[in-house]
Amino acid sequence: MTAMDVTMPLDPLKLRADFPILSTIVHGDKPLVYLDNAATTQRPHQVIQSLVDTYEKHYANVHRGVHWLSDRSTDLYEGAREKVRSFINAQHRHEVIFTSGATAAINLVAHGWGDSQVQSGDELLVTVMEHHSNIVPWHQLAERTGCVVKFLPINDGGELLLDELDDLLTERTRLVALTSVSNVLGTINPLPLIIEKVHQAGALVLVDASQSVPHMTTNVRSLNVDFIAFSGHKMLGPSGVGVLYGREHLLDSMRPFMGGGSMIRRVSLDGFEPAELPAKLEAGTPPIVPAIGLGAAIEYLTSIGMDQISRYERLLSKRAHEILEDIGDIRFLGPSPDQKAGIVSFVIDGIHAHDVAQLCDRHGVAIRAGHHCAMPLHKRLGVIASNRASFYFYNTLEEVNRLGDAVRKTKDVFRRRRPAREKRQAKDDNR
Amino acid sequence: MHDEEEIYLDHVLDHYEDPYHRGRCSQATHRHEDDNPLCGDVIQVELTIDDQGNICEAWFDGDGCCISQASASMLMKSIEGKTIDEVREFSAEQMLDLFQARLTPNRQKCCLLSWRVVQSALYSSDHGELQKGTSS
Repeated sequence: MTAMDVTMPLDPLKLRADFPILSTIVHGDKPLVYLDNAATTQRPHQVIQSLVDTYEKHYANVHRGVHWLSDRSTDLYEGAREKVRSFINAQHRHEVIFTSGATAAINLVAHGWGDSQVQSGDELLVTVMEHHSNIVPWHQLAERTGCVVKFLPINDGGELLLDELDDLLTERTRLVALTSVSNVLGTINPLPLIIEKVHQAGALVLVDASQSVPHMTTNVRSLNVDFIAFSGHKMLGPSGVGVLYGREHLLDSMRPFMGGGSMIRRVSLDGFEPAELPAKLEAGTPPIVPAIGLGAAIEYLTSIGMDQISRYERLLSKRAHEILEDIGDIRFLGPSPDQKAGIVSFVIDGIHAHDVAQLCDRHGVAIRAGHHCAMPLHKRLGVIASNRASFYFYNTLEEVNRLGDAVRKTKDVFRRRRPAREKRQAKDDNR
Repeated sequence: MHDEEEIYLDHVLDHYEDPYHRGRCSQATHRHEDDNPLCGDVIQVELTIDDQGNICEAWFDGDGCCISQASASMLMKSIEGKTIDEVREFSAEQMLDLFQARLTPNRQKCCLLSWRVVQSALYSSDHGELQKGTSS
């Protein structure tokens, strides 16, 4: 054991054993190094088994039948809702709405709250660092209502320019929609400060918590937030389930966005009467099994401890920064490692992000390349595409070393043959 | 690493490092430019086509990954001396064959960008302003 291991907040090797996919061998003989966790995480066998158990033993439609199996399925589904409630410390279970994912949750607010309560000339404030899923629904709301979408800018280090918040918040601001942690920069936004200011200005706050709920403690009540949205598949859960949390009175005030089964109290030929929360906002057969799987994922995460997870991931980020900095010719996007989550995005001078990711893949190292669904952010940073390594608690320092090796070898491929552009530039300069 | 999975083959890197006809074409009769917004690759193609429909010169410029730029270089070399009709018949599959290295569907888009731009350039108006694609 090295000195570093002694201070480890958790034991990744022990936890890795729960994840069958992490022992995959790729390209013949390369152990997979999975560093694309901000896109989606992998699942432990406990979560996979909960899905199998549900389908094999407990599955029927929920809130429908009076038969035994339907009761059993309903108990498990509502039990999962209680696990989510407790995990984010919401006051009421019916403040947890199951959706198909964070995107659906944000769209649900844009339609259910926005369409009925935002008018022409009203303002929404969004930040430049948002994922497209927290930009496009607001552009669409603006198209429908005539409201105005304003953007809170960032500095070159990838942090929000909070000084501009006071000027951007006006009497017409109805909602501020921002991410808790940037999916590209890893920046952890100072939510308590922002939420207080927004509330003082009389507006609501929606937090896209997709990159924070899986990695750190979430407490919606101490945060005093109005809405949060997150996805199950980024926190060991199945794809196809996500959560919208909203304050009871806000969810109550929302128009049911989708009509259908479950969301009604009664239907006649003349119209319908909506059901109570949470059913009112969960039309149709919900993602029963994925929600139960998310409940199992929450149990697993709780058994490790969210504070342990965030402390450990910061160690990985820090090591990645050190290793990549040593290699050189690398520009990091976002703040320094002690101020960000387990996300390290970078650009290598003279090598396109897709070539970097492709060449890293040859060594079994899976990283992301592209704009990571944040085109406005990349434009602001003056970068067309970047590479991103994003960690979870099951990644090891050894894997971070392997990222470094892969990046070093990638640079070697192009170093032997200087990129065309540089060569042309040299030719031009000599003229 | 299996050889059949290798993308960055010598001839690919050769074209990337020392591209054929990268730059502007002084006597261009046909031009087009387009990009892959997903990865930001941009390719601009300029062609000189004579009255008999022969492609006398083909030049490209652009920015992007190794695959998009190397494939454009290969395509310029390949279409010079051919007729408009021959190039119109040159299919996407043939473009991927020309590139040789096997590509996953995601990277095929990089390789096919220049092919797409050339096909559009053939339809651009003579001496017209640079036509910019709007497709994604």
